[in-house]
Amino acid sequence: MEDTLKIADKSIRNRLFIGTGKFPDKAIVKKVLEQSRAEVVTVALRRVDADSIDDNILDNIPQDCIIMLNTSGARDADEAIRIARLGKAMGCGNWVKIEVIPDNKYLLPDNTETLKATEVLSKEGFVTLAYMSPDLSMARRLVDAGAGAVMPLGSPIGSNRGLKTEELVRIMVSEIEIPVIVDAGIGWPSEAAACMELGCDGVLVNTAIATARNPVAAAKAFSLAVAAGRTAYLDSGIVANEFADPSSPLTGFLRDIK
Amino acid sequence: MILRINGQEENVPRCNTLFELISAKDLKVGRIVVEHNSGIVAKERWREVVLNEKDNIEIVSFVGGG
Repeated sequence: MEDTLKIADKSIRNRLFIGTGKFPDKAIVKKVLEQSRAEVVTVALRRVDADSIDDNILDNIPQDCIIMLNTSGARDADEAIRIARLGKAMGCGNWVKIEVIPDNKYLLPDNTETLKATEVLSKEGFVTLAYMSPDLSMARRLVDAGAGAVMPLGSPIGSNRGLKTEELVRIMVSEIEIPVIVDAGIGWPSEAAACMELGCDGVLVNTAIATARNPVAAAKAFSLAVAAGRTAYLDSGIVANEFADPSSPLTGFLRDIK
Repeated sequence: MILRINGQEENVPRCNTLFELISAKDLKVGRIVVEHNSGIVAKERWREVVLNEKDNIEIVSFVGGG
């Protein structure tokens, strides 16, 4: 049976989710999404004015991708709810990444406000993916609130520092029944693979792809790494040993035994 | 007339409806959603929504984001 990630009524094969911010130009977004075969893609929502030029972000997202609106910019639950409702009115589906951030220095989420927004939006029929500081109790509350997935941060947004929260994420993976998707801070494909090897259900990457020398190549590398990590998690069953264990036979050496 | 558009007070030529305002603004953005006095207004209803002085309008669209 094909291994897919199930969220709401969707079965997702590519467990690498891609964010569309910070790309040097929008045409690259299209190439990145097409060539990495991304299936879940995030966008944000902002005010427009007469000076805004059409940046056509939607035109650069393949039709069959699931568009997930990030509520970035929200400082509390009410703002996140308002952004989610506006996004739904855009007519691009009902997936929302609930991101509530009152702090501009480390961009760490406010878990309590995230929970409030998750409760309200899940009841309204949104598929809610909650961006959070990893915490088991809060993850359980988010499950009860109807979250479709929890998205613990690996390290601060855009920092490329990797999975600094590993122990907390590992505990969430072992205890939480809904998908756990590491979001934020993943800088290298090896870190994305490590997330998957420890049992995470997916990884969301934006900065490390968008700001790479070659974003298309970076997205491919991340996609392969996520798939490799997933396969290793499912089928490797490797245990670390303290001492060496030879891979080649210990007999028939080309020397005489004394 | 004075309207509050995306958080800024603007003096705009008299518009009877939301549709007239959006058309007059000549936005170079494909897909937008509009809020009128904190309520989302579907595109089909832009012609029905009558504007009054000091009304609050938000015009938003999708941008790249993580």
